[in-house]
Amino acid sequence: MLATRALSLVGKRAISTSICVRGGHGVAKVDDYALPAYFDRRENPLPDVQFVTELNAVQKSLKEKEKGSWATLSNEEKIALYHISFKQSFAEMNEGTKEWKSVIAGMFFFIGMTGLVVLWQRKFVYGPVPPTFESEWKEKEVQRMLDMRINPVEGFSAKWDYENKEWKK
Amino acid sequence: MSLAKPAMRGLLGKRLRFHLPIAFALPLVAAAAFKYGVTEPRKQAYANFYKQYDTTAEFNNIREAGVFESVRPTGK
Repeated sequence: MLATRALSLVGKRAISTSICVRGGHGVAKVDDYALPAYFDRRENPLPDVQFVTELNAVQKSLKEKEKGSWATLSNEEKIALYHISFKQSFAEMNEGTKEWKSVIAGMFFFIGMTGLVVLWQRKFVYGPVPPTFESEWKEKEVQRMLDMRINPVEGFSAKWDYENKEWKK
Repeated sequence: MSLAKPAMRGLLGKRLRFHLPIAFALPLVAAAAFKYGVTEPRKQAYANFYKQYDTTAEFNNIREAGVFESVRPTGK
């Protein structure tokens, strides 16, 4: 445990099969997934480990040069150091995918399926509507509403011309 | 690497200086628009309606239509 802690501070992950000795009881193999991992996330800008675990010769010399004054580093060297520590830039990790097209397509598909189901239900499941939906009934309903002067100021009866017995133009 | 150093401070202040005046102005505008677009015309409509409202004549009209339960239409 202490060994892995110390090594992760340095930033190396080459201990995937190393052994932790605990209290004299024996050894416990530390699995890969239990170690600190690297991942590109906007909300975690500085991951626990570097991206590149085993440095090649060029990178090792670059890391040595980094210990000196940074003003001597060229732009390409700075970018190379960045790529040792990080995989994607923020711009790359934040860019959107084309997933929304699939989402919209799925939405339309399921709405369509639901529409078919509703149509089938209307035909084969539901009984007839009440008689209050027939035209004659509705006409009598409208006439009674006008007789009662429903909403005479701005609403229903306001649109009816009582002199000429027709809807106002 | 000739990028400018990004703004490191004052981000919330900058956002507030932009958004707060809008946040105060927009509701005021919305309220004023609703008052003068909806409520004032509605008050006028009601005032005009009741200016020429003959209560007795309207009562008789509704009575003849037969919707009242306390009085029947005149006639047989």
